[in-house]
Amino acid sequence: MKTKRTPGMWVLFGLLVVALTVSSLPFLWMILTSFKTDRQILGQPDILLPLQWTLIQYQNVIDQIPFFRFLLNSFIFAGGVTILSLFFDAAAGYAFAKLPFPGRDVMFYLVLITLMIPFQVVMVPLYLLIYHLHSLDTFWGLILPRMTNAFGIYFMRQFFLSLPNELLDAGRIDGLNEIGIYRRIAVPMTTSALATLGVFHFMYNWNDFLWPLLITTSRDMRPLPVGLALFTGEHVQQHGPIVAGAVLSIIPILIFFLFAQKTFMRGIALSGLKG
Amino acid sequence: MSFGTLDRQKSTSGLIMVAPSMAILALFVLWPIVQSAYLSLFDWNLLSNKQQYIGLANYAAILGDSRFWNALWTTFYYTAMYVPGLVLVALVLALALDQKVFGRKVLRPMFFLPSITSMAIIAIVWRFILDPDVGLVSSWLSDIGVTMPDMLRNSSWSLPTIAGVSIWRWAGFNMVILLAGLNTIPDSYYEAANLDGAGAFRKLYSVTMPLLLPSLSFVVVTNIIASFQVFDPVYVMTKGGPLFSTEVMVYYIYYEGFTLYKMGYASALAYVLFIVIFLFTLLQLRGFVRGEERVGY
Repeated sequence: MKTKRTPGMWVLFGLLVVALTVSSLPFLWMILTSFKTDRQILGQPDILLPLQWTLIQYQNVIDQIPFFRFLLNSFIFAGGVTILSLFFDAAAGYAFAKLPFPGRDVMFYLVLITLMIPFQVVMVPLYLLIYHLHSLDTFWGLILPRMTNAFGIYFMRQFFLSLPNELLDAGRIDGLNEIGIYRRIAVPMTTSALATLGVFHFMYNWNDFLWPLLITTSRDMRPLPVGLALFTGEHVQQHGPIVAGAVLSIIPILIFFLFAQKTFMRGIALSGLKG
Repeated sequence: MSFGTLDRQKSTSGLIMVAPSMAILALFVLWPIVQSAYLSLFDWNLLSNKQQYIGLANYAAILGDSRFWNALWTTFYYTAMYVPGLVLVALVLALALDQKVFGRKVLRPMFFLPSITSMAIIAIVWRFILDPDVGLVSSWLSDIGVTMPDMLRNSSWSLPTIAGVSIWRWAGFNMVILLAGLNTIPDSYYEAANLDGAGAFRKLYSVTMPLLLPSLSFVVVTNIIASFQVFDPVYVMTKGGPLFSTEVMVYYIYYEGFTLYKMGYASALAYVLFIVIFLFTLLQLRGFVRGEERVGY
């Protein structure tokens, strides 16, 4: 596709740039505000650029809230869910696609049914379950219900279905057992699918709010979104450190995004399928 | 036909490989949905730990609970603002970026940047931007002599504001889905329309829109379902206020379940929400089945 340089296209381009400015303004504002002094934040909110650049807000956020602890919690929660869920989703997806076993259809229907149950509807019994397992306010409590995911199983199954059976049979002739065939032949051929699903899992859990809000009760267990939101609730007046914290919290996912933009876009399009 | 060693090995391996996932789904999704129905028959406060079977009394109480009706109405009102607004913005963006416009490859990812951020964190940022005293928008408006209402503390503006922030957050995301749909329309259709002398609007009406309908209805239905589950921006920006004007269903369930710890009543409320969502999920499934028939599965 070649770019057209007709007058109509330049008008469209101009309109898109205006739309982009509106869409990006919050980002621009938060980045610039994080370098402002308290005086300017409260006194001259209409000036977008910092009059005097300062890192004091970053100093403040690190002094006032356990920011790096929140960051670590986010990494453990989102990373833990991603690794475990990829492991179990892929194994189940492969079995549903390639290994006939008794009860396969019934189990697959059960997986599809779980796709239709929104988390918000089961959050009360789920909370009670974690409570009875004495896992409130622990990483296990956060991660346990997310160790597998119906969408992930369905997604991986679709990918494994497209693998030719002849390849797997070749492994059988070479004397590999079924698990060996899965590990040595099937998994290496689906790394791009795994990466897409991994991005989806990571992004979803990194940004998740309600579940960690319910399960974490002590400050040191909170992931970033919950930690920052609850801090804002307690100290509404202090915009500076919160905005600096918001900027810092977006940086990891932004770096991830810049490096894996294609996978990210695919992940976003696919997560739409989750409903 | 004998059950060969290979078949036996396959079925054993298959069972081993699905077992962990099935156990997790059974324990953490299927069991809770059953448990939820059971809990909804109890009067149970987790703090006092008094548990009493009361049959369908929770459901009867819901029917007479004006706060429930308010939450249901608020949720529908939110849906009525969010879904059309979102679809319109996402569609216009997708149509514009589907053109061979200069810089489209850079513009596309820029537009879905809001979609990678945490809704809770970005809602905090929006709350500051909209602050009537030290916010960016109000200070710009006051520079040109316009006084902005306190968007989040005014009960007629609060919910539209939250819907607006959600549209901002999700527009790029849905744009990507619609762009994927636009990509599937063959260029030859447009060439044929050109030969027939169709103008830009005629092409939009007669070629693009009908062929985009599957993606469009997918976006509509999934976002209706998502809008029934809205919670994060409400919690961060208004906590359901002012005067319950933003108390949507999930927030009310959260309030009953995790502020008052009335587990039975919260479960009953959640079940009512489940039924509402389920009806729309069926709609989505019908769409899926029809979509699959169309491509010939």
